[in-house]
Amino acid sequence: MAIEIPVEKWSGAVREVTLGATTDGGTRTTTVTIGGETTLPFLQFEGAMPHRPVIAAEVVDAYPNEWPAPLLAAWGDEARDPAAWARKAVAAGAEVVVLKLRSCHPDVHDHGAAEAVAATKAVLGAVGVPVIVYGPGVPDKDNEVLVAVAEASKGERLGLANCLDKNYRTIVAAALGNGHVVVGQTPIDVNLAKQLNILISDMGLPLDRVLVDPTTGALGYGIEYTYSVMERLRLAALMGDTMTQQPMICTVGEESWRQKESRAAEGVPAQWGDSETRAVIWETTTAVTLLQSGADLVVLRHPAAMAHVRLAIDELMTVGTVEALTASSATA
Amino acid sequence: MALSGLQIYKLLPQTNCKECGFPTCLAFAMKLAQKGTELAKCPYVTDETRAALDAAAAPPIRLVTVGSGERAFAVGNETVMFRHEKTFVHETALVVRVRDDDPDLAERAAWAAGYTVERVGMTLRLNGVLVENRSGDATTFARAVEAVHTACKESPLILASEDPAAIEAALAVVGAERPLIHAATLANWQAMAALAAGAGCPLAVRAGSLSDLAELSTRLTAAGVEDLVLAPAGEDLGDDLALSTLLRRLALKKNERAVGYPLMVFAGRDDVVDEAARAAVAIAKYASIVVLDHLDAALFYPLITLRQNIYTDPQKPIQVEPRLYQVGAPDAASPLLITTNFSLTYFSVSGEVEASGRPCWLLVADADGQSVLTSWAAGKFDAVKIAKTVKESGVEQQLSHHRLVIPGHVASLSGECEEELPGWEIMVGPRDAVDLPNYLKTVWSAA
Repeated sequence: MAIEIPVEKWSGAVREVTLGATTDGGTRTTTVTIGGETTLPFLQFEGAMPHRPVIAAEVVDAYPNEWPAPLLAAWGDEARDPAAWARKAVAAGAEVVVLKLRSCHPDVHDHGAAEAVAATKAVLGAVGVPVIVYGPGVPDKDNEVLVAVAEASKGERLGLANCLDKNYRTIVAAALGNGHVVVGQTPIDVNLAKQLNILISDMGLPLDRVLVDPTTGALGYGIEYTYSVMERLRLAALMGDTMTQQPMICTVGEESWRQKESRAAEGVPAQWGDSETRAVIWETTTAVTLLQSGADLVVLRHPAAMAHVRLAIDELMTVGTVEALTASSATA
Repeated sequence: MALSGLQIYKLLPQTNCKECGFPTCLAFAMKLAQKGTELAKCPYVTDETRAALDAAAAPPIRLVTVGSGERAFAVGNETVMFRHEKTFVHETALVVRVRDDDPDLAERAAWAAGYTVERVGMTLRLNGVLVENRSGDATTFARAVEAVHTACKESPLILASEDPAAIEAALAVVGAERPLIHAATLANWQAMAALAAGAGCPLAVRAGSLSDLAELSTRLTAAGVEDLVLAPAGEDLGDDLALSTLLRRLALKKNERAVGYPLMVFAGRDDVVDEAARAAVAIAKYASIVVLDHLDAALFYPLITLRQNIYTDPQKPIQVEPRLYQVGAPDAASPLLITTNFSLTYFSVSGEVEASGRPCWLLVADADGQSVLTSWAAGKFDAVKIAKTVKESGVEQQLSHHRLVIPGHVASLSGECEEELPGWEIMVGPRDAVDLPNYLKTVWSAA
């Protein structure tokens, strides 16, 4: 039976954003470009998905002793040294390293700009992949250390995170003057995401240097809100709304491993099953689900989850042609 | 596709006899289009008109019921491509596969069928068992189906064999329980159609391409089988996504009746995590039945959770009643905590307080069913709301202290709260519920 495939053509496209630079101050050996889609995720029979979604691994500059045991065991002693950790992450398949400047948090070591720059330089020296640097998540401290890191790494085309409505002026200025990319984070809302893009763009930062973090809800903890906000942003982008056309980054590892389902090995119902298997599935499932709504870069924590998500992306990138999907073996 | 008022009018007698209670046939047609009255009110309606309206009113994706009794599940009737457009309605049925050459199959099936897990105050479970005719032998298959049915009486069954003789033998045992037959193929469809029609059972259609699925379903409906399920034979996640998306789109946007049926995906992989990933794509992207191979609680629980999340109505977050709750048996010296009425938030907090072994007063504010962070961002959980909730609850009379623990996510509200609640000490709790037991043990006890 002849079936006419309902192919959808879109007028808009997601912007391409490149992380990392190899020249003019950049010392990366590889760069990573994400975005560029002219179709919904993976539907390559009707549009282009020129770049695979990318897997980033989280590296912390102060030993994250609050992380659950399976994570700490997976990274071993390397987790005590950000440079060694970054190398191990790249060996495990990370295409981008996310460096969290946790040591700068007032409740941890309250490190300042000098230590933040040293940690960033150590990671940049250890690996050739692009790096996204996160401040400790305390507004004043974020500004202090991220500006210092941006200046000391001029030309590296780092990602600077997070760029919020509260501090965007500082972070965008630091990116503008030093050739970096910003990660604009807003709390699970289409209009807030658009609004921040407009503010960033009004300061003169080209939108091919902006990633959108829609705020990730983990499986069981608000994933459906993130999922639908991302789906709406991506549909708007494809319909031509220029302030929604940024590639999206999801902090899957952090959110997934924060939840009880990933942290509790004892004192939970037997119906939850083996704790480490469950935790890796929790992270993998969160990532693979958000890839369906438009994630272009997922930040993960467990090396096993990285491997499983990579396999899922491999398979999703092989979506067949219309001919293959409709070929008939039936005789009338 | 629903007909417009004018389209319906053209099918009516156009005599304006008023016997339907409306002044004109056009007024009656308009009301029909809005589903505000019934066609039966017109005494002169023709059979053709009735058939045309019935066909137009049929859902674009047929609702198919599998099993009988309380545990029967219904899938289909979906009307949107994206959950934010309205909502997905009939949750994906999660089914486990057992094989008829497995000596422990009845025990394994019974374990999976009896699996339940609590989440946000609800008891959630899997939906059924698929028995596969791996042995290739009809008698072995029928015995296996009987053993599984005996071990889990209530559980809906899927009978999986491409051999009509094996299906016939199994139907002799459980045909009255409305099992789903899997599957009709290009090679066996006549015999399968006869078996399904004879037993009144739903039938799955298996083929590798959209054209073959449509061709088969057309032949099967002509042969009298109306309750179909489409099982596109995808090789991997990419095939699953493309085939399911196109089938859903054909049914909803092109009103293609030949593919207007629920979809079924086999998610089985060698590795349990890869199986979870494949099932996740299927749940998010349009599968109504997902078959699992690993009988593993660490797989079931995340997938049951994902299904609940994706199928939650975006317009109606799951809520609890805003009021004062007692966790354990609190007394006048027990801690007072406040949070929002998003169901997940409430159950996370109350669960952790319960686990801490320390009775607490838990005050739940009306935040339109949103989480702490979301409602705070939307201005629905601010210092004024917190103060109002405390005052209206009457909790003050129950307590010998004036200390209120607010969620760590709204730590920035503590100053304003102290202004709004003179005489109260505002304490900042942890951001995540999971850290509450430790907080109660250390910070609260030291205060």
